[in-house]
Amino acid sequence: MNAVVEEHHDHDHKPTGIGRWLFSTNHKDIGSMYLWFAFTMFFIGGALALLIRAELFQPGMQIVEPEFFNQLTTLHGLIMVFGVIMPAFVGLANWQLPMMIGAPDMALPRMNNWSFWLLPGAFGMLLASLVMSIMGLGSAPNFGWTFYAPLSTTYGPDSTDYFIFSVHLMGISSVMGAINVIATIMNLRAPGMTYMKMPIFVWTWFITAYLLIAVMPVLAGVVTMMLTDRNFGTSFFDAAGGGDPVMFQHVFWFFGHPEVYIMILPAFGIVSSIVPTFSRKPLFGYSSMVYATASIAFLSFIVWAHHMFTVGMPVAGELFFMYSTMLIAIPTGVKVFNWISTMWRGALTFETPMLFAIAFIFLFTMGGFTGLMLCIAPADFQYHDTYFVVAHFHYVLVTGAAFSIMAAVYFWLPKWTGNMYDEKLGKLHFWLTTISANVLFFPMHFVGLAGMPRRIPDYALQFAEFNQIASVGAFVFGFSQLIFLYVVIKCVRGGEKATDKVWEGAQGLEFDLPSPAPFHSYTTPPEVK
Amino acid sequence: MRAVTRPLGLVCLLLASSPALAEYRLNLEPGVTVTSQNAYDIHQIVMWICVVIGIVVYGVMTYSILTHTKAKGHKPATFDDNLTIEILWTVIPILILIGMAIPATSALLDMEDVSDSDMSIKVTGYQWKWHYDYVGEDVSFFSNLSTPMEQIKNQEAKGENYLLEVDNKIVVPTGKKVRFLFTSSDVIHAWWVPAFGVKKDAIPGFINESWARVDEPGIYRGQCAELCGANHGFMPIVVEAKSEEDYLAWLNEKKSAQAAAAESGNKTWTMDELMAHGEAAYNTSCAACHQVGGEGLPNVFPGLIGSAIVTGDVAKHIDVVINGVAGTGMQAFGPQLNDADLAAIITYERNAWGNNSGDMVQPSDVKAAR
Repeated sequence: MNAVVEEHHDHDHKPTGIGRWLFSTNHKDIGSMYLWFAFTMFFIGGALALLIRAELFQPGMQIVEPEFFNQLTTLHGLIMVFGVIMPAFVGLANWQLPMMIGAPDMALPRMNNWSFWLLPGAFGMLLASLVMSIMGLGSAPNFGWTFYAPLSTTYGPDSTDYFIFSVHLMGISSVMGAINVIATIMNLRAPGMTYMKMPIFVWTWFITAYLLIAVMPVLAGVVTMMLTDRNFGTSFFDAAGGGDPVMFQHVFWFFGHPEVYIMILPAFGIVSSIVPTFSRKPLFGYSSMVYATASIAFLSFIVWAHHMFTVGMPVAGELFFMYSTMLIAIPTGVKVFNWISTMWRGALTFETPMLFAIAFIFLFTMGGFTGLMLCIAPADFQYHDTYFVVAHFHYVLVTGAAFSIMAAVYFWLPKWTGNMYDEKLGKLHFWLTTISANVLFFPMHFVGLAGMPRRIPDYALQFAEFNQIASVGAFVFGFSQLIFLYVVIKCVRGGEKATDKVWEGAQGLEFDLPSPAPFHSYTTPPEVK
Repeated sequence: MRAVTRPLGLVCLLLASSPALAEYRLNLEPGVTVTSQNAYDIHQIVMWICVVIGIVVYGVMTYSILTHTKAKGHKPATFDDNLTIEILWTVIPILILIGMAIPATSALLDMEDVSDSDMSIKVTGYQWKWHYDYVGEDVSFFSNLSTPMEQIKNQEAKGENYLLEVDNKIVVPTGKKVRFLFTSSDVIHAWWVPAFGVKKDAIPGFINESWARVDEPGIYRGQCAELCGANHGFMPIVVEAKSEEDYLAWLNEKKSAQAAAAESGNKTWTMDELMAHGEAAYNTSCAACHQVGGEGLPNVFPGLIGSAIVTGDVAKHIDVVINGVAGTGMQAFGPQLNDADLAAIITYERNAWGNNSGDMVQPSDVKAAR
């Protein structure tokens, strides 16, 4: 089959210069742009986080004003969620889906171009408000990434309208990306690849794409209601005009909860690809993995109000959302057990992608445990809006989602570039990242349980020790990522040549292609038995 | 720049961290009410279940990582399915979850039962202070952060209750079921006292309720738990539980103090009295935004030094303070402060920080303008 591909190599005319990127309709180039965009945003969002941790290093106000502190937390959250995790997953989908299903490219290449190029505009606008704030021309969004009304409507700064437009653009970009993923998976699978033969990464992205299409319009709806409340005299969220600020939270979290699974389901797919490779053993329970993913996606629509136990719901509502949330533990548990069973009695080796995947299983499970604790409503009254919650979602989003992305980059980078990355530096990056992430986030459990609210720029003295430790961890974590950047650049520029199979235990159509993979992937569909 | 140099000093500072810092805690506190005890018990149950599951899961995984390696020459098995074990690890978690749900449900039903309360206190969130109204007692007051700005700005040593101290704490009688009613005058706040296990959102236009019966006399501290703007971190809650006798004495004292304050609005004040009272009242009610030195925060909160309103027409100035400015952070202070406080604040603003207009505003002027 390689011969078939070789024959088509001559047709790899890549446009040159800036036009190659601006007008690209190629899934690999667009995937690379997504990934570099996410990487850039990762450093910007990370720099904001380091400012936050520097201010919280000790009690008292040292570096920033409380008002600016709120802008930092808001933009840190928005950038990391919408500018890092989501685009990075879309970048991985762009690179991998066509190769994994034996297709030449994504189904809708021009739309692919547009959905990427909306993002720099959206984030340019969002970051412009931060730059203007630093220049003293007004405040950037300062109401938290959850932008609860009326803090973001009646009391929002002028830049809120920038923020709303920016969210609209991100939403359009995500929905188009999701349509493309669905169209590609439905139409471009190689002959013989039935749905239940698709690689698990393809399955998780397939389901994620449906979640995106279902909930991004809800987000667009809620920011549109904000827009009209702010500028056109409506009162959706203003009690004085007959509206309801709590409705904002219901609509927001109806988007927000599926959104957190949008940020974790592709991670499950990545880990399910990496663990079997380095265990040299097939994935345990393929079909239960698929059903578990679908169950999690379904449950994500009926659990949203567990984010809002303190808003004063009727007790029947609190019970419903507590029970439905507890159910999520079951399919999530199935996944963790399946990964461990995949490793069980395998022949394990520990290259960097496997290290990140194992750390993912350990630490994501930590986040799962605290998630289970948080869903217990009577205890949640004590945890809600404290650092315990901050610890929880950083365990699932940093040591969960972000770790899976790092694992994926190390795993597929040799296929993308044709070169092996520097394994020594990769391992160094892994150990520094994993240890510092725990130094950073584990103490947050303690200060949260001890009663430290989140989103405060200054704190009482009994929280000081653990905040210092967390800040130290934050700086080590942040600077360790420069190693990652160096490893990636070094690998793109050269290095030991990767084989077509890359990894001894590698399975899947992408590893049948040569390394680096040809510009148009599978121009002739392979036969899947 | 300080942000850049900071990491270099991190480790040294950590090693030298002050022993004077208050004692830290690792876990939730059991608290002093049935509600907080319930929350603590269910927290302990679920946490320990998670620890046990964690030991099993991580144990199996660690064993596999250590034993089933290529380095040790382990040959990979080929199984990818086992129906029995898959059913087991679906059913066992379901049973564990049911085991958690039962105590959680009964705790929740108990917590949400506000019936048969002995008294009610209405709590209103403001940016950035709390207002308490003892329903039916004609006692109401604001409670502001009392930590001096110098401590926050690191110009003097921080006190024991740094950021957790207020000028007017609320007092509740021990052994009584106190119902709290929560609402807000602006954005959403959340009233949280960890020792009571009570955290409820205060939402503009809506009323939430919760309750606490405190049996142990003592002082309990908490904070706002919902992001409510710039000074969200600076609106603490302090509750003192006293025996019923002491509580009633406090209530009477509050009533007479409020009567005296109302009376003070009828006399004519001297410039010195107005300035002295004005400085104190300004620092409590205005300095959070306009700053102690009146300089404000550029582009966020206007400065008052030489400002058009503060140095211009007195009637306009009184109007802005009483009625606020719609669509901005400037609240209507008319309903919040009495005539004497308002007169003193306005006089202070017109004469402090080099504004030296010489204007004097009497409580009677404010009363006339209301």
